[in-house]
Amino acid sequence: MTAFLRNTWRGLTSMRTALILLFLLALAAMPGALLPQRSLNPPRTADYIAAHGWWGTLLDRLEFFDVYSSVWFSAIYLMLFISLVGCLLPRTVDYARSMRAQPVLTPRNLARMPHHAQATLPEEPAAVIADAKARLSGWRTVERDEDGGGKTLSAEKGYLRELGNLVFHFAMLGLIVALALGKMFNYEGQVIVLADGSEFCNSGTAGYDTFRPGLRVDGTDLTPFCVRVDDLDVSYFPDGQAEQFTVRMDYQAGADLDAGTWRPYDLRVNEPLRVVGDRVYLLGHGYAPTFTVTFPNGESRTQTIQWRTVDPQTLLSQGATKFDPPGTTDAEQRRKSQIAITGLFAPTAQYDGTLLTSGHPDLQDPAVAVDVLRGDLGIDSGRGQSIFEVDQSLVDQGRLVRVARQNLEVGGQLRLDDGTTVRFDGVERWAYLQVSHDPTQVWVLVFAVAMILGLGTSLTIKRRRLWVRATPDDAGRTVVSVGGLARTDQAGYGEEFSRIAAALRTPRREP
Amino acid sequence: MAVNETLATYSDWCFRAAVLVYVFAMVGYAVEQAFTRTAKKSEAARELVGAGGPVPAGTDTPAYGRVEAAPRRDRAERAGRAAVALTVLGVALHLASLVLRGVATQRAPWGNMYEYSMATMLIAVITWLVLMRKFDVRRMGVFVLTPVVILMFLGGTVLYTDAGPVQPALRSYWLVVHVSAAIISSGLFLVPGVFSVLYLIKAAHDRNPAKFARLAPKLADADTLDRLAYRTTIFAFPIYTFGIICGAIWAEAAWGRFWGWDPKETVAFVAWVVYAGYLHSRATAGWRGTRAAIVNTTAFAMVVFNLFFINLVISGLHSYAS
Ligand code: HEM
Repeated sequence: MTAFLRNTWRGLTSMRTALILLFLLALAAMPGALLPQRSLNPPRTADYIAAHGWWGTLLDRLEFFDVYSSVWFSAIYLMLFISLVGCLLPRTVDYARSMRAQPVLTPRNLARMPHHAQATLPEEPAAVIADAKARLSGWRTVERDEDGGGKTLSAEKGYLRELGNLVFHFAMLGLIVALALGKMFNYEGQVIVLADGSEFCNSGTAGYDTFRPGLRVDGTDLTPFCVRVDDLDVSYFPDGQAEQFTVRMDYQAGADLDAGTWRPYDLRVNEPLRVVGDRVYLLGHGYAPTFTVTFPNGESRTQTIQWRTVDPQTLLSQGATKFDPPGTTDAEQRRKSQIAITGLFAPTAQYDGTLLTSGHPDLQDPAVAVDVLRGDLGIDSGRGQSIFEVDQSLVDQGRLVRVARQNLEVGGQLRLDDGTTVRFDGVERWAYLQVSHDPTQVWVLVFAVAMILGLGTSLTIKRRRLWVRATPDDAGRTVVSVGGLARTDQAGYGEEFSRIAAALRTPRREP
Repeated sequence: MAVNETLATYSDWCFRAAVLVYVFAMVGYAVEQAFTRTAKKSEAARELVGAGGPVPAGTDTPAYGRVEAAPRRDRAERAGRAAVALTVLGVALHLASLVLRGVATQRAPWGNMYEYSMATMLIAVITWLVLMRKFDVRRMGVFVLTPVVILMFLGGTVLYTDAGPVQPALRSYWLVVHVSAAIISSGLFLVPGVFSVLYLIKAAHDRNPAKFARLAPKLADADTLDRLAYRTTIFAFPIYTFGIICGAIWAEAAWGRFWGWDPKETVAFVAWVVYAGYLHSRATAGWRGTRAAIVNTTAFAMVVFNLFFINLVISGLHSYAS
């Protein structure tokens, strides 16, 4: 049993296994680039599965649309992680030992070394070795005596290479751990906020349009802060390409929340607001038309509701603004007289006959093409309502009826058969914001930087050895023999060796 | 921030001229390659190198022996030299094209795939020039310039984009840092990619001389190819790593998360892991040599795949080109 465990451990931590696991990791990551992924684009994933029949279902069952959270992907990186730990522990011990060890004995025959040079000098062996030692500053050296009055010097350099390599691998371990912790405690939510001074507070998941919590986040403990979106500036190039988006906003967090202090911030793409450990991003923007409905009894209601962008180039938008008649207490009556204004909004109106399209994303000539529906909006039916559209089944059942269709410019209005009027007052912009929280991302960065430093060190530094042997010859001179060996796979020690050897071979001029 | 159309046009002319000049250079290298009378010559060269090492002092080696007759400037040699001159000219035009784009648009000239691939190929050719200065590899120029010309041709046709401003998401100094790191490392990677393929050819020939009998003898020896591929790769790999990390930092600011398995990120990760595999394979018994070369070739294939396939076929957050 222990033998089995030991063999498994050895197998798992061998270099060859690490290599195979690396290739498996690369292979396993690929499908995520080629197939749509649920985490990135749920609708496209659903379409893809639907379009590919049993094959799509099979791939789905095998988690090919959730590659990076799949069992097989996790298994591979977990094994790699273990392999890495198993590989690093003994290497660290070896490294600590090698830091205390002396450079190895000078080999008997230096002429056999990959790098070798020889010369005869007039000085004593001791002087030659002392000179060599002085020249090899920065090298770790040890002097040894040999039989027959000879002396040798063993020198070694480049210990930092292995240190860099260890730093790199340990930093990678740290990075993986930080990533895993991040997956536990992060969250991310998106919300549309009107740029008319509307506020959004990060107080619970209900405030968000969409919310994606980490594995250990239940949404009860979000970092409290509020933002207020005052205005949204967009500048365009003449061809309609956006030049810059700027959200003028205020925020408050910490003590400011109690004091009621707001601090201004200009939110832009690439310039998120960083506040109390959370980040607020601008993801997109769009339009929210304002309508006023005046009911036959003279009461009026005004609403500004975001419509969704249907053409990102021209910001042609589509939506549904819904009204409840005021002062109607009878539920039955209410369900006959609710009003929805649906249709298209164009920031720069262009007509194809009476068909409205948009010619430019900026607000040059806003107009709407609306259908006004009256009847039961299904608001009290308990079913979830989309804010962008009416419930089509109610229209099909005849419970919601179209009573007008018209194009309106700003200020334009239309009148229904019962005297109700609908006016298009104007338009606000909205900002699509994302709030992100990831307590470990700074650690991921720290480890990534450590990886770079370790990698750079280990790939640029060469571990190399040099030996000098000085033996007296019969003529009272000294034969100096120099040998060199690079301990790593890299070429390029030759030049340095030649330089040092040449220096050692030249007799020193007496001062 | 209007685009200077005149300069943009000059930039396009320079680009086309550079491709044309590279084609001529390629022909030059090919002529040299074809007319080199190899086997004997390279043997002689090797012996010269052997003797050129540190001459053991003390043993008074008399300077007799193989003094080569003054190298005859034969046709192959002349073609090779002309090819180098043309390569330098091509680089000048190529660089001019890039700089003109930058001046015309008033931004770093790598805001779309056309500019990116152009800059990458410029680095590849410069890498080649540097290697030629340091090592005796000129004869293999045709194998480096061919992929360069093909990729530039694809870049100039399939990926071509009119000079223009970039969208707000790209207006960041990270565009300069992240993308230039990607450009430099990818350009550098091209050369070891080619060398590893040549290594495979040479190694196959060494095992069985009937294979690639015409081509292989004209290549540098397998050991040199392997070493140059390795040295260039370890130079490029940290830059690539740096580029990926900068990409993550930028993504954190621009897209709200530092890593999201966007297709481009994914394939960059895959290529990085395969390169790490290459470095490991050279330290693993039984994986040096041929297997390592296959791994290195695969890694470079991933880099090219990321440049073309992911941008053209798969849409993701990186799709700014269209
Ligand atoms: C997550 C997976 C891994 C990655 C991405 C990775 C990456 C790297 C990189 C980029 C290098 C190059 C640095 C250099 O050559 O000095 C390297 C070297 C090295 N790695 Fe890893 N590594 C991983 C896992 C492992 C494991 C599991 C082991 C042990 C079994 C290991 C052992 C080594 C050794 C011994 C070297 C030095 C090789 C040399 O000196 O050329 N690595 N690694």
